[in-house]
Amino acid sequence: MARELWEGNQAIAEAASRVGLEAYFGYPITPQNEILEWMSRRLPELGRAFVQAESELGAINMVYGAACTGARVMTSSSSPGISLMMEGLSYIAGTEVPMVLVNVMRGGPGLGNIAPSQADYNQICKGGGHGDYHPIVLAPASVQEAVDLMPVAFDLAEKYLNICCILIDGSIGQMMEPVELPEMRPVQRKDFPWAVTGAKGRPRRILSSIYLDPPEEEKTNLRLLRRWQEVQEKELRYKEYFTDDADFIVIGFGTAGRVALSAVRAARAQGIKVGLFRPITVAPFPYKRVAELAQRVGAFLVVEMNAGQMLEDVRLAVNGSIPIEFYGRLGGVVPFPDEILSEIQRVAKAKLSADADPIANWMKRMEMVAR
Amino acid sequence: MQTELILAGFGGQGIMFAGQVLSYAAMDIGKQVTWIPSYGPEMRGGTANCTVVISDEEIGSPVVKNPDIALVMNLPSLDKYEPLVKPGGMLVINESMVDRSARRTDIKVISIPCSEIAEQIGNIRLANMVAVGALLSGLDVLTVADVEAALMAHMPGRHRHLLSKNIEAVHRGYEYAKAHAVVTR
Repeated sequence: MARELWEGNQAIAEAASRVGLEAYFGYPITPQNEILEWMSRRLPELGRAFVQAESELGAINMVYGAACTGARVMTSSSSPGISLMMEGLSYIAGTEVPMVLVNVMRGGPGLGNIAPSQADYNQICKGGGHGDYHPIVLAPASVQEAVDLMPVAFDLAEKYLNICCILIDGSIGQMMEPVELPEMRPVQRKDFPWAVTGAKGRPRRILSSIYLDPPEEEKTNLRLLRRWQEVQEKELRYKEYFTDDADFIVIGFGTAGRVALSAVRAARAQGIKVGLFRPITVAPFPYKRVAELAQRVGAFLVVEMNAGQMLEDVRLAVNGSIPIEFYGRLGGVVPFPDEILSEIQRVAKAKLSADADPIANWMKRMEMVAR
Repeated sequence: MQTELILAGFGGQGIMFAGQVLSYAAMDIGKQVTWIPSYGPEMRGGTANCTVVISDEEIGSPVVKNPDIALVMNLPSLDKYEPLVKPGGMLVINESMVDRSARRTDIKVISIPCSEIAEQIGNIRLANMVAVGALLSGLDVLTVADVEAALMAHMPGRHRHLLSKNIEAVHRGYEYAKAHAVVTR
């Protein structure tokens, strides 16, 4: 297929329609309105269902209902809207039905702003709603990667009867890049043994997240966990750049990861042997690979557009074996490559200690940056 | 090789579209390209800018602090981006909308009355395409023919009747810039 120039949000919406999306329910919020807008035109044209709900609560519960029928279903929103959906997401996780959620993060907390941010990593990767559950979270760094991950997201959600989230920030949603979209595929409703589709001629099926008997709820929790263990074993994705001969490695996901790539290339041009590790699955986090890399390099520099949320996962993987440094920009500020380059230059020369507190040290440096 | 551009002006001056035209042209000749907008919540009258990165390899950062080329369509954009252009880079100024000349002496400066030229062609809204033509005079990676082909291939149907005027605007901008470029280096 020929390359076409697509805006991230619209490309995501079109890719989902082409890989068999049957129904979309949503409520407008910047910076992801173009997903909703695209779906509102495209899905009726294809004879599929589009509903602009009365609120995020309405939207997520419509997704819940549609998911129970075994239909390919999704919603999208941005940070404050995702917070409103958390109750429904927990019910969907507890009912073990598949859905795809696109979260185009913006600056927060609260109403915040409409600028790109990664501050909802913890919220989405660690569940967000109540109860023991783990959504699968994919964090693309480009429009093409987001498009390529759409069919993957639906397949993962259906394979593991789980929520699969595409986690991006407003910049990937609103930037344009050349992409190759997937071919249009017909809707293929799978014959799920749990789907409620009308019980005529067969025994009734009941879907619910209610287990009033605690041992039954415990069994459900263990079933979710066993599936999660399988996801952790089989579904890890990440990309490495210049890691083979690196003295130390930058770790960043999504936009922070690709901005870091420019900085890493510039540092390489100056003779600094630095690599880049960019997790694509941020939940499950590739702990094992990060631990392996920690045995080969002298330090990690974690770069995020938040106050060090993924940093905690890196620290868990490293377990004190090597020093970890941190650089973050907050509140909707996207770092420029030269900021990360200065951090790389600093780490290359500094005497680092594995006992140091990366957050405390970064905060001291931030006093100079953000006055 | 990588080329980084920032295009800036008021909302409504066609800055976003100008960046997209360059992006389409870059894509069509097989380059990697990113186009990223930045604007306030207001649609018209506020400041708007977009960053375009054209490269032979996978593009890292879509945001750029020090562009190789800046195109500024109004005074606030000139004040903001003139100091940020890379030494040896290029600054294209829409002199119809500014009341001062460039201060930098280590960059190539093209000052062009985009709005007046656009009015001569018959539509002041073509000022953005005049500016694109001027910019092409100093952009090694794309030719006027590439941009012309991109306009023909990608201009939305509702604007197709303006195609020949757009192409004329690009040519006029390019020719003016070739004749009037000030190199103070």
